[in-house]
Amino acid sequence: MSTQDPTERLELLQGTLDLLILRTLILGSRHGQGIARAIQQTSDEELLVEHGALYPALQRLEERGWISAKWGTSANNRKARFYSLTSAGRKQLVKETTKWNRLTAAIGRILESEKG
Amino acid sequence: MFRRKRKLDDFTSEIQAHLQLEIDRLRDLGLSEEQARATARRSFGNLLLAEERFYESARWLPWDHLWQDARYALRALRKSPGFTAIAVLTIALGVGATTAIFSIVDATLLRSLPYAEPQQLVSIVDDLPGSGARDVGMSQPEWEDLQHSGIFEFISPTWFDENNLTGSSRPQRVRILLVAPNYFALLGVRPQLGRAFNPLDHSPGLLEEIVISHGLWKRAFGGDPHVLDQSVRIDTDLYQIIGVMPPGFDAPGRIGEERNIEVWAATSFYGTPLPDHPLRNPRILPTAIARLKSGLTLTSAQSRLDAVVAAVQEEFPQDYPLQGGWRVRLVPLKERVVGNVRQSLLLLLGAVGLVLLIGCVNVANLLLARASARGREIALRQALGAGRKRLISQLLTESLLLSVLGGVVGLLIVLCTKALLLRAVPQSLPRLNAVSINWAVLLFALVVSLGAGVIFGLAPALHAGRVDLTVALKEASRGSTGSGEQARTRRLLVAAEFALSLVLMIAAGLLLRSFWDLLNVRLGFRTENVISVRTRIPAPNFPENDRYRTTAMEAPFLRQVLRRAKALPGVEDAAIGDPAATPLDESLKDLKKISEGQFFFTLEGPAVQNEQPALAERTSVTPEYFHVLGLPLLRGRLFNEMDTENTPPVAVVNEAFARTFWPQENSVGKRLKSTRVGSPWITVVGVVANARTESLAEAGVPKVYLNLYQALERRLTVFLLGHLDPASLEERVRQQIQAVDPSLPVSGAQTLNETVSASLADRRFSMMMIASFALTALLLAGLGIYGVISFMVNERRHEIGIRLALGAQRSNILGIVLRQGLRLALAGAAIGLAAALIVSHLMAGLLYGVRPTDPLTFVGVALLLIGVALLACYIPARRAIRVDPAIALRHE
Repeated sequence: MSTQDPTERLELLQGTLDLLILRTLILGSRHGQGIARAIQQTSDEELLVEHGALYPALQRLEERGWISAKWGTSANNRKARFYSLTSAGRKQLVKETTKWNRLTAAIGRILESEKG
Repeated sequence: MFRRKRKLDDFTSEIQAHLQLEIDRLRDLGLSEEQARATARRSFGNLLLAEERFYESARWLPWDHLWQDARYALRALRKSPGFTAIAVLTIALGVGATTAIFSIVDATLLRSLPYAEPQQLVSIVDDLPGSGARDVGMSQPEWEDLQHSGIFEFISPTWFDENNLTGSSRPQRVRILLVAPNYFALLGVRPQLGRAFNPLDHSPGLLEEIVISHGLWKRAFGGDPHVLDQSVRIDTDLYQIIGVMPPGFDAPGRIGEERNIEVWAATSFYGTPLPDHPLRNPRILPTAIARLKSGLTLTSAQSRLDAVVAAVQEEFPQDYPLQGGWRVRLVPLKERVVGNVRQSLLLLLGAVGLVLLIGCVNVANLLLARASARGREIALRQALGAGRKRLISQLLTESLLLSVLGGVVGLLIVLCTKALLLRAVPQSLPRLNAVSINWAVLLFALVVSLGAGVIFGLAPALHAGRVDLTVALKEASRGSTGSGEQARTRRLLVAAEFALSLVLMIAAGLLLRSFWDLLNVRLGFRTENVISVRTRIPAPNFPENDRYRTTAMEAPFLRQVLRRAKALPGVEDAAIGDPAATPLDESLKDLKKISEGQFFFTLEGPAVQNEQPALAERTSVTPEYFHVLGLPLLRGRLFNEMDTENTPPVAVVNEAFARTFWPQENSVGKRLKSTRVGSPWITVVGVVANARTESLAEAGVPKVYLNLYQALERRLTVFLLGHLDPASLEERVRQQIQAVDPSLPVSGAQTLNETVSASLADRRFSMMMIASFALTALLLAGLGIYGVISFMVNERRHEIGIRLALGAQRSNILGIVLRQGLRLALAGAAIGLAAALIVSHLMAGLLYGVRPTDPLTFVGVALLLIGVALLACYIPARRAIRVDPAIALRHE
């Protein structure tokens, strides 16, 4: 059970879910629930991922060829669909990360200057 | 990238796996099974939405619906094969006929001519407005003027002739076009084999090179690839074949003969056998084509040309009398080639379109009847939650499926009968060999089919969307299904069908009457028992080789041929004339005109100096001609043996000529003179009655008959009067002519009746087509009204039964039913008459002898249509009066 009240979590910015999924998968293949858990945990339970929204995103990424999927068995011996990063996905991740960093840096600079 | 779509099942089981994993995790955290399940569900969000989003992302929904509708429609159509067959066949015939006509329109009117940059090609038309003469041709110096005007890339006169070709497998008569050496460069076409003329060659006389057509190459030389080394003789002169044109290459001519050229010879139109120093008068070059300099539009070229022509006239005032005025018109080349068939073709397309439309209305009616039979099914589907939109789209899909099926069948019919259809088209139609079923035609067929589907599918579909559920379900259980509104629509459709048929039938009726009038016009000359046979004296390029270079040298030949012809068994009389002497043969008359120019002349008298040259038809004949053709003498005398090559020239004129040029005086004894330099005065010795020898449609065209013994003519036609068989006659005449000169060819024995009939070929074709379309329309309209009235009788069986039971007379019932049908027919006829008035005025140019408002045609056709309507209603009406009241009532 999460330690925080769900209503206080941060909603994901439009389009960032794809980036987070790709980032999560760089550490190895995971199933959907695992990805959702990983995002939540890595963000110290700050980000709210609605599980239902995760799957259309996965579907989309798969169609674009950035991730591939395979049915396998989970740690506790359940059947699950495992996703892993393709080489195209890896390139996409680098591109998206760079973009994101530039964006946050730029926004950060503006916010800093406002303060000063 | 295309990958196989994931199945929905796969997606669902993934979601299930997710939930299970989450439940496992939550349970491990210490939640109860129930709590874990609920929390997992909650954090997942809307399950169904996720699935739906997955489903919709995977496909395009409208396509999905369409596929569903199509499958459903196919099933429904398979269930009623009779209806499907009739509907598909109606549409197939409509679309097939429309597509066939369109393929002709596409080839002739829509596609550009098959030459390089065809928009720059023009036809040069010279007019003399002062003399009221149009299309008079040009002279060699004028051609040179235009060539150096800077307006044209190239300009080439074209001069059509028929000559004898020897040196191939056997002697043949070939169609020759004499052109400037730049002709092929002008058109931007290349021979398939060999080369074309050097476009810059400007040497005197005729080039000793010819280019031949693919057809002649195959026919006369067996497609021999070494034909280029061969020399052939045209008339008596040697030429070398330098090129063979590709198959399907047609010269851009105005009449069929001019397009179907077999040999091209080139000259710069001066030097032996032509004059060394050509004059501006006479205009011996019949017509010309040209390519505008690139960047010049027709209008800018025309205005520059006007200036050039004005300057030339100023420079040579003596050659261009002030009022005569020379004017050169630029006409798009395509207009010259296809211009005179446009109206007929568009009329045909319109007519066949109407037939298709009537077919559509019929199918719409069938669909409506079917829809009311299916009212229960539709109501049920609606009750089960099918939306109005969905229902309409489903029924429309069914119609579109029908129409596409019909279109495909129609197209197959056209493809299978293409060769047959093309043979029915008059061969004089330009661009006939370009007719093909290409992408444009296929696209047209598709659009027309789909359009037809929408037209006939819309009414039934909209109706189905408006079905009142409770009423329909209730009524359906009783077996009587048609709603009032639906019946109204069906009646409306039948009335429309009648209106359309009436328009078509009136168009056909007017054409039929024109044709009939033309057939029965008083010709003024004899066509029975007259047979014409043609021969031709060769024209060598070197006069010293010419055995017939003067009238004095030709006259003995003419006399001998006539003496021998008259001695043939069965021959009562014989005469010889030039090509223009054959009545109503347009191509021969054009041949005469384009080889010698039109006949311009001045009259003798004090006013000659100011008078403009006048224009008339002219032909040269031997004295017997008037007797053979039965042209009665009105005043003066005919030619006789005293008029010879050595006596002063004489002429006989027709009454129209006398009336036009000497309205007040006696024309016998008056003199006239051709405008050709060095022409002698010709004395009019007699006046004969008018005859329709130039055009069936025109009664009094001024015409001069010259004496053949006094006019040199190489293309001769022998006319023989008597009870003769044209088949055997040709050989007999050949023997007689070749006994005089063995080198002369003889061909084309034809009765004058055949000639007259051939002159009507184009009119006959469009009339037959329109008439058959009209007949089809009438049949369809009859079937339409029959269907509606039968349906009505079926619906009112119960009512009729009651009426009969209450004592109504059977004649009353008959009256009720027939009145119903008559009302529909009258309503349709009224609308149709109004529309037909518009259409008939549009086609006024195609009519002869009848006015576009001809009351006889209008009333007659309307009555015929109403008669057919009554007949079509009578069959169901008889069924109505045979209703047995007991059975009809018990049925309830």
